[in-house]
Amino acid sequence: MKETQRPLSPFMIGPYYKPQMTSLMSISHRATGVFLSVVGVPLMLWWIIATASGPAAYDRFASFAGHWLGTLLLWLTVLCLSYHLLNGIRHLVWDTGRALELRSAYTGGWLVLIGTVLLSAVVLGVMS
Amino acid sequence: MSMRNPLARARGHGSAKDGVHHWYAQRASALLLIGLLAWLLYSVLGLESTGYAASRAFIAQPVNAALLSVLLIAALYHAMLGLQVVIEDYVHNRPLEIVLYILTRAGAWIGMALGVVHILKLALGA
Repeated sequence: MKETQRPLSPFMIGPYYKPQMTSLMSISHRATGVFLSVVGVPLMLWWIIATASGPAAYDRFASFAGHWLGTLLLWLTVLCLSYHLLNGIRHLVWDTGRALELRSAYTGGWLVLIGTVLLSAVVLGVMS
Repeated sequence: MSMRNPLARARGHGSAKDGVHHWYAQRASALLLIGLLAWLLYSVLGLESTGYAASRAFIAQPVNAALLSVLLIAALYHAMLGLQVVIEDYVHNRPLEIVLYILTRAGAWIGMALGVVHILKLALGA
C-alpha cells in the first residue's frame, strides 16, 4: 500500500506557534507526570522499603533526603505533585465537557498555578 | 491491484479496541489518587513526630497499611498508563518503543509487589 504524505499539524512546542498558557500547561502536565513516575514514586517506594528494613536502611534513606540532591528531588516532587494533581482535576472537569471555552481554560489555568504555589508551600512547610 | 479482500487487509491493523479502557482506567485511577493523597496529607499533618520509629508506627497501623498499599498500586498503575502514552507519542523507533513499553510495565508491577510486601511485613509485625 502506498504511503500518502498528508500535511500534519505542527507540534505545539516549537517555532510554529507562539508559546501560550494552554500549550505550556499541557506539556507541563506530561513533564511533571514523567518526573513523578521516575523520581517521585520511586522515592516513596524507597521510604516504604527503608522503613521496613531496619534502622540502618532508614538512615541511608534519611541521609539521602538530607543531602542537597535528595532535598532538591523531594522539593521538586512536591512541586510536580501539586501541579499534576490540580491540573489533573482541571483535566477531569474538561472530560465532563465543561469549562472548555477559552476564557474558562485560562481561568482554570490561573487557579491551578496559584493553587500549586499554595499547596506546595503548605506541604513543604509541614515537611521542614 | 491486490487480489486480497479489503476486509482481510483491514483486519489486524488499526485500533486494538482497548483505547476506551485505557482512557477510563487513567481517569479512574486519577480519582482514586485524589482521595488517597488527601488522606495521606491529612494523616501526615496529624503526625506528632517524624523519623524511623514514627514511620514504622504509621505504616504498621492496619488501616494505614491498607490505604498506603492502594495508594502505591494506584500511583504505579497511573504512572504506567501515562508513561505508555508518552512513549507512544514521542518514541518513533519501533524496537526501542517496545523495549521501553515492557520496561515500564515490568517496573510498575515489580514496584507494586515490592511495596506491598514491605508494607505487609510492617503491618504483620515482622
